Amino acid sequence: MKSEFPDPFEEARQDSGLGHMDDQNDPVAMILRHKDVRKTAHNWKTYQSGAIPGRIVVPSEVNIRDIRQIPFEVDPPLHKDFRNLLEEWFKRPNKEVYQEKLTHQISTLIDDVLKKDTTDVVTDFALKLQSRALTLLLNTPYIESETFISWGTHVFRSEGDNLDASKANVLYDYLDKKINEARENIGEDLYSVLLQAEVNGKKLTHDEIKGIMILTFAGGRDTVINAVTNTIAYFAEHPESLLDIQKNPDKINRAVEELIRYFSPLTHMGRVVTEDAQICEHAIKNDTRVSLCWASANRDETVFENPNEVNFDRKMNPHVAFGFSHHNCLGATHARQVMRILLKLLANKITSISILKSRENIEELGEFRRKIGFHELIAKFTN
Amino acid sequence: MAEITFITSDNEKVVLEANSGNVMQLAVNNGVKGIDGDCGGVCSCATCHVFVAEKDLNKVGKASSIEADMLELADDANEFSRLCCQIEISDDINGVELTIAKQ
Repeated sequence: MKSEFPDPFEEARQDSGLGHMDDQNDPVAMILRHKDVRKTAHNWKTYQSGAIPGRIVVPSEVNIRDIRQIPFEVDPPLHKDFRNLLEEWFKRPNKEVYQEKLTHQISTLIDDVLKKDTTDVVTDFALKLQSRALTLLLNTPYIESETFISWGTHVFRSEGDNLDASKANVLYDYLDKKINEARENIGEDLYSVLLQAEVNGKKLTHDEIKGIMILTFAGGRDTVINAVTNTIAYFAEHPESLLDIQKNPDKINRAVEELIRYFSPLTHMGRVVTEDAQICEHAIKNDTRVSLCWASANRDETVFENPNEVNFDRKMNPHVAFGFSHHNCLGATHARQVMRILLKLLANKITSISILKSRENIEELGEFRRKIGFHELIAKFTN
Repeated sequence: MAEITFITSDNEKVVLEANSGNVMQLAVNNGVKGIDGDCGGVCSCATCHVFVAEKDLNKVGKASSIEADMLELADDANEFSRLCCQIEISDDINGVELTIAKQ
C-alpha cells in the first residue's frame, strides 16, 4: 500500500530504547520510547535547546546558519517570555473568520485539482495549500504565496536533500526585506507585530524578529506538506474512511489527531546534553546530542493499541507528533485547522482519488530508514 | 442537567449548564478563558488542565493511567488535577467547581 508508513524503530525501541545515527561527526542518540521521550522533553536543564544555533536540528544546521530560531532554540525562563509574546497570535486559527478564509482557500484548490486530468499532490496541491495558508498565519497579502511556492518544497534543502546554505539565503534575504519594509510602514502583519513588541521591557532586535520568522517559515513547511500529501494518499486507498467522515463529521478531530500520530511529519528533534545522564539505563555523556524521536514514540506498543493501524475511533491518543512540554509546536493550532478543514472539504467534495504514480521520500537515519512522505504523488481527483 | 462552575486565572466565575459531552468542549464552546482544548479531546495536549475542588473529587473521579501520565509532566499539577476533556458531563457531576490551571 502506498499509504502505509512502516515503523522502522520497533525492534530497537523494544530491545534497547535507543537508536544511533551519525550526523556530520556530531552523533545523535535517538530516544525511542514514549515515556523516555516525554520525560526528556520536559527536562530542559539537562537536555537543552539553547545550544549553538542549528545544533539541535538533525541534520545539524550549525554549518549553514548563525541565527537563532526563537523560541525554539531558547530555554526557560526566557523561552516563556517569547512564547507569551507569540501565543495569542498563533492561536488566531481558532477564530471563525480565520477558518472561513482557510476554508475558502482549500475549497478553491480542491476545485482546481478536480478540473485537472492529473495532479502532482506534492507540488500542485500540498505546496500550494501550505504556502497560501501561511499568508493567513502571517496576515500578509495572498500574492506573497506565489513567492513561497516558487521556493519549492523545502526552504533549506536542495533537490538532493543536502543542506544548502544558498537556499537558506533566499529565505533570509526575503525576510530582511520584509522586516525592513514593515519598519518603514507598520501594518497588521506578523512582522509589524514583532517590530512593535517588547520582551522583558526591550524591543526585539532585527535578528530576533528574523529568528522567529525563520522558525515560522521552516517549521511549518515540509511538515505540513507531508501531512497533507500523506493524507491524500491515505484517502486514495481508504475511500471508506472518507465516507465515514462524510457521514460522521464529528469524527474529524479524532481522525486528524490519528493521521498526525500515524504520519508523524517531524521524525525527531535534538537536544544538547548539559551533564552526564542516563536514559533507560544507557549512559549519556555531557555535550553530546540526543533526539526525541516523536515518530517512534507515536508507535510505542505500550501506549497505543495496534500502533501501526490507523483508527479514527481512538478515544485516547496521547501522541507527541507536535512535540511535548514547553517546546511543543507553536504552529500546531494552524496545522490542526488546516487538517480539519482539509478533511471536511475532501469528504464533501471528493468521491475518489486514484494514485497513478508515486516516488517515496525516505529519510536515512543511521541504522534506520523511514518513509516520511513522497517526492512525487501523481493522482486523479474525482467528484 | 449538570451545573459546572469554572474559576479562571483572573478569579472570574463562569457557570455553565449541560447534559452531555465533555467539560473541555463545554468550556471551549462558551469561550471560557484558559481552556484551549487544542487536540480536540484526545488527551495529547494538556491545554485543558483544571483543579477539581476538594469537595468534588469523588464526583469527578480519578484520572486514567494515560491521563495521569500526561499530568505527571504538566507544570504545577497536583492531586486535584484533571484534564477536563476526560471528564464526561452527566447529572453525577452537578455542582462541581473547577479552577483553571495557568498555562
